[in-house]
Amino acid sequence: MAEAVSVVAESLAGDRARAARNVLDQVVLPGEELLLPEQEDAEGPGSAGERPLRLNAGTRSRGRVVCGPGLRRYGDRLLVTKCGRLRHKEPGGGSGGGVYWVDSQQKRYVPVKGDHVIGIVTAKSGDIFKVDVGGSEPASLSYLAFEGATKRNRPNVQASGMGVIGQDGLLFKVTLGLIRKLLAPDCEILQEVGKLYPLEIVFGMNGRIWVKAKTIQQTLILANILEACEHMTADQRKQIFSRLAEC
Amino acid sequence: MKETPLSNCERRFLLRAIEEKKRLDGRQTYDYRNIKISFGTDYGCCIVELGKTRVLGQVSCELVSPKLNRATEGILFFNLELSQMAAPAFEPGRQSDLLVKLNRLLERCLRNSKCIDTESLCVVAGEKVWQIRVDLHLLNHDGNIIDAASIAAIVALCHFRRPDVSVQGDEITLYTPEERDPVPLSIHHLPICVSFAFFQQGTYLLVDPNEREERVMDGLLVIAMNKHREICTIQSSGGIMLLKDQVLRCSKIAGVKVLEITELIQKALENDQKVRKEGGKFGFAESIASQRITAFKMEKAPIDTSDVEEKAEEIIAEAEPPSEVVSNPVLWTPGTAQIGEGLENSWGDLEDSAKEEEDEDGTDGAVILGSTKMDAGVEVSNIGSQDAPIVLSDSEEEEMIILEPDKNPKKIRTQTISAKQEKAPSKKPVKKRKKKKAAN
Repeated sequence: MAEAVSVVAESLAGDRARAARNVLDQVVLPGEELLLPEQEDAEGPGSAGERPLRLNAGTRSRGRVVCGPGLRRYGDRLLVTKCGRLRHKEPGGGSGGGVYWVDSQQKRYVPVKGDHVIGIVTAKSGDIFKVDVGGSEPASLSYLAFEGATKRNRPNVQASGMGVIGQDGLLFKVTLGLIRKLLAPDCEILQEVGKLYPLEIVFGMNGRIWVKAKTIQQTLILANILEACEHMTADQRKQIFSRLAEC
Repeated sequence: MKETPLSNCERRFLLRAIEEKKRLDGRQTYDYRNIKISFGTDYGCCIVELGKTRVLGQVSCELVSPKLNRATEGILFFNLELSQMAAPAFEPGRQSDLLVKLNRLLERCLRNSKCIDTESLCVVAGEKVWQIRVDLHLLNHDGNIIDAASIAAIVALCHFRRPDVSVQGDEITLYTPEERDPVPLSIHHLPICVSFAFFQQGTYLLVDPNEREERVMDGLLVIAMNKHREICTIQSSGGIMLLKDQVLRCSKIAGVKVLEITELIQKALENDQKVRKEGGKFGFAESIASQRITAFKMEKAPIDTSDVEEKAEEIIAEAEPPSEVVSNPVLWTPGTAQIGEGLENSWGDLEDSAKEEEDEDGTDGAVILGSTKMDAGVEVSNIGSQDAPIVLSDSEEEEMIILEPDKNPKKIRTQTISAKQEKAPSKKPVKKRKKKKAAN
C-alpha cells in the first residue's frame, strides 16, 4: 500500500508542479512539487516529459538555492513536506537563488543547525552540559562555549538552571510560528510591546521566550500579551495595547 | 519522550508570583479555569474542558453475571487513560504512579460514595446484572487531571441511557432504542473533586492548579464533595503537614466550587436534552467555537439576494448547455464514491489492481496446495522408503521442488512450504529449483 501511495503522490505532483515564484506566500501541501525560476525558464511547465527540476546542472552560476524547513530535495525535484505558506528570501548579493521554506504551524521543535535557541541545563557531566532545547534528543554543550569561560575560569551554570540568562524573569513556550512572526525584522508587535514597559526579552527559535520586566505583574502581562498576539488581527492588537497603555 | 524540565527561573518566578497572589493566567487564588462541557451524538459521551485540560468520557454497558458476594448489585467499572496525545511524557501501556493514583481516587470518589444506585442495575438476582463501564481519556494535559476526570465521569454517567429490559418468568427481553426509550441510570448525587495546591509548606494555597503550578507545588489536597456539602473522599498527597483549620477552610471552598460546577453540569445536561428533543443540532462538531481563526467553520457572510432570480436566469440563458454529467454516483470500490464530472478517482483503480494482484496470488497458492494434496499419499510412501526423518522447519531456505501436477509426482516434498513461498507465483518450477540450489 505504501507503494501505491507514493505513486499517487508522484503522479499528483507531476501533474501540478507549480512555479515556486508564483506560489510565494500561498498555501502549499505536502507532496506538491515546485519549480524554481531557473528550471522554469529553461524547460518550463509546458515542456512535458522532461524532468521539471535540476538542482545541479547550470544553477550554480545563477545563485544557490537553499531548501529550508518544509521542503525536500527528492532526486532532481523539489517536494513540499509540510503544509503551510511558501516563503522566499533573496540572497544578499546577486539575483536568483536564495532560500525557500514553508512557514507552518507547529509546536514541536526540530533542531536545525544555526538556530538560536533557549535551552535548559538538565545535567552536568564532566566538561559537558546536557541541555534540553525541546528537540527529541538533548543537546550537549561544552563549558568552554560560554562567553568569558577559560579552562581556569569555569562558568557558573547550575544543573537544571539558566545561569547565563539570569535568575529572574519568566520562561514560557509558544508555537514556533509565533516566534518566527516576532523575530521578523519589521515586527510591529515587538515595537508596541516595547512602548508599554521597559523590558528584557530573549527569543529562542525552539519556541521559548524569556521575558523580564520590572515587576512580576508586568512580566506576567507581557507574557500573556505575547501569547495572545498569535491569533489577533492588527486592529484587535492595537485596541488591546491602547487599553493597556491607559491603565 | 522525556518531560520538558522546569527551569530554575520558571520555578522562582512562579513561587514569587504566588507569594504576590498572582497566577500565570491572571486568575485569583480561588478561581477555577473555564469549564466547558460538550456532548457527543451518542448518549453517555462527553468532553469536559477545564482550561486547556481536556478529558473525554464514554460510558458503556453490558449484561453480565454478578459477583458472587453481591448477587443483587450491578457492577461499576472506571478506567482513566493518559495517552501520549495529552503530553509527550506519558508512556503508552504503562501504569505510572500518577495513573494508579488517579484511578484509585476516581473509584473512591464515584464508586465508594455510592452515587450510582447499583441495586437498580440488577436484572435477575444472581444471574444477570448490568455492568456499567466508564472510560475516560485524557486528551490534553494542562494540570488538574483529577477534577476534569471526575466531572467528565459524572457527566457521562448522568447523560448515559441504558437499554430497557423486561423480565417475564425466565425470559429476559432487551429492547432496542426504537422499541422502548432507553432509561437513565438512577444517580443519587454528583460527587465532584476539587484540588488544592499548597506552596511553601502550606503557606499559600491555590485552587485548580495548572500544569506548571503542579510542578512547583509542595502538596496537593483533593476533596470530593457533592452539592449537599457531604464529603465523599479526601486525599492529601505530597507529604505536607496540614493544619485542621486549613482542611476546614478547603472544605468550605470546595463546597462553594462544587455548587457552581453542579449547576453548570445540570445546565449543560438540560441544554443537551432540550436540543435533542427539539431535533436541533448536537454533537461535538456543533460545539466547536466558530468565530476563531483556528476553527474549521467559516462565518456566514450576508449576501444581497434582491434580484438573484433574474440574474440567475440571465446567466443560464447566456451559458452553454451543460456537458454530460454522470448523474449516478460512480462506485469504483466499496467505500469510495464520486458524483458529477471531474477527474476520475484514481484511488479506486489502484486498489482494484492491488486486489487483482492479491487474487492472483491467492489462486496461485490454492493451485499449489491442491497439487500437493493430491500427491500427499505418494510422498509419504516415498519418504518412508528413503528412511529419512521428516523435518518441519521454519527457515526460508527450504528445498522446494514443485512440478506441474500432470507430470510425474515422485519427487514432491511439500511439508515445508512457508507462507512466503506460497505467495510467490510458481510458474517456473525449474528455475526455482536452480535458485534454491545456488542458495544452498
